[in-house]
Amino acid sequence: MTRREVGGVLLSVEDVWLSFGGVKAIQGVNFDVREHEIRAIIGPNGAGKSSMLNVINGVYHPQQGRITYRGKVRSAMDPHHAAAQGFGRTFQSLALFKGMSVLDNIMTGRGLRMRTGLLAQAINIGPARREELRHREFVENIIDFLEIQPYRKTPVGRLPYGLQKRVDLARALAMEPSILLLDEPMAGMNLEEKQDMSRFVLDVNDEFGTTIVLIEHDMGVVMDISDRVVVLDYGRKIGDGTPDEVRGNEQVIAAYLGVAH
Amino acid sequence: MQTLTRNWPVFVLALLLAAGLIAPLASGAAAPGFYVEVLLGGLMSGVMYSLVALGLVLIFKASGVFNFAQGAMVLFAALSVARIGEVMPLPVAFVLTVGIMALLAWLIERLVLRHLVNQDAVVLLMATLGVSYFLDGFGQTIWGSDIYRIDTGLPKTPLLVAEKIFEGGILINTEDLVAAAIAALLVLALALFFQKTPTGRALRAVADDHQAAQSIGIPLSRIWVIVWTVAGVVALVAGMIWGSKLGVQFSLALIALKALPVVILGGFTSVPGAILGGLIIGVGEKFAEVFLGPVLVKQFDLAGGGIENWFAYVLALLFLLVRPEGLFGEKHIDRV
Repeated sequence: MTRREVGGVLLSVEDVWLSFGGVKAIQGVNFDVREHEIRAIIGPNGAGKSSMLNVINGVYHPQQGRITYRGKVRSAMDPHHAAAQGFGRTFQSLALFKGMSVLDNIMTGRGLRMRTGLLAQAINIGPARREELRHREFVENIIDFLEIQPYRKTPVGRLPYGLQKRVDLARALAMEPSILLLDEPMAGMNLEEKQDMSRFVLDVNDEFGTTIVLIEHDMGVVMDISDRVVVLDYGRKIGDGTPDEVRGNEQVIAAYLGVAH
Repeated sequence: MQTLTRNWPVFVLALLLAAGLIAPLASGAAAPGFYVEVLLGGLMSGVMYSLVALGLVLIFKASGVFNFAQGAMVLFAALSVARIGEVMPLPVAFVLTVGIMALLAWLIERLVLRHLVNQDAVVLLMATLGVSYFLDGFGQTIWGSDIYRIDTGLPKTPLLVAEKIFEGGILINTEDLVAAAIAALLVLALALFFQKTPTGRALRAVADDHQAAQSIGIPLSRIWVIVWTVAGVVALVAGMIWGSKLGVQFSLALIALKALPVVILGGFTSVPGAILGGLIIGVGEKFAEVFLGPVLVKQFDLAGGGIENWFAYVLALLFLLVRPEGLFGEKHIDRV
């Protein structure tokens, strides 16, 4: 595989603890993400994968530990701050804007990059119109890239599941994120859809150099496309390394297949 | 066919309403000219209900908050524009009041909503109830509690039109016509704003999915301030129209209570629903009062008055029974 060069550490998660009441979702997890790599977080159901993603995205605030991004310790933040810093994400259960067309859904992803003020937009004067056109062009490229041209004007709720997942990805890409967080991008897909999605993830990584953190509970696909894999189980890290290293890890095998007691 | 069998109560209700609409004319109980006058009168109050309901729907869609204070906002805005209008030209007073409503929206977000994010709907409703009473009182503290006039400078004399078509013609108030046109323009402007501008797109995004909207960098707090400001402007227009007709007084705050059945009828999340619902209730209650009242008096020897006060609520109750999500609301299918 010819791939972009993996760079230095972009994001590091250091000794993060997160609990909800008595439930300890994440217990002292450490790992880092390097620039331009595809980093997977895997683990059985309830391992704390989604919680981890939500911590990175600013939805949850860990009780302990810290997150360093581009060499700086990140202060507690909301998801829209994270978005402004370059974190894009997709959702496991679809969270598209159902009443809106595919095009409008993806255009919302450009919001952070729009500069004209509310009043200029309201009367739709020159600069506002030109800006809209510029962003529209960018979005059309993403639409081409993800091969969803025929559905541009379709209300997103009417599309089949696999395509909706693609629109979700397109919306996140429209943000031009530095780090793309994918929450089970292949969940609920059939084999063909999974292959398509894998190809898109690889292409995004390849063409835009986007760093990708993806969580999956299905090991198969992930092992093929990831550079490095973190394995969580019951909120703890039980494995970390290349797909091959992780595959051979006894604790990981035990977590996935169960062990004889 | 399947939709008909499943939704028959809705169709029955719609048929009854249609029958009620045609009956006075068909039975010859009302002269055509008078009939049209009542119809227009109903539409006129319907426009008012629609405007207030529109404010409710906008806020509900964007933040999931049922804003009980919408009526208080109507009163507050009307009081502001009336009192400022006493010392300045009306357009200046209007612009200043828009600023006041924006400031109010900002304060409500800062002091109330921000701290109650993710709380139960009941908690938020109680909070807006508090805001409602505060605004009612505070408005009077600042602006006084007399009845104030808003002088729009429009002629008060009614126009006599369509004399050739109807015997005796129809009396139309110029002010009413202008008011209806302004309301229509406002709705059109809002529709364009929501559909065509990036900010409108962001507002629709928030209405659809809070979490996803935040994840692409839309700050909820900013959106809420915008939505409450828009709702404040809608309240201002409603307050000015109503206030110039009847004078600015406390009863303005009570028309919000009429907007409740309107949103039940139209659906809590639908802008077209709020508009159509308002018109249906406006016309419905006028017809009930003017045409059904006398029938009750004659047939059952009742007093026959006051129908205008309860008709909207009975209609809303019927709708709750047969179509709880309203005409255009989202149907909720809950997993059990």
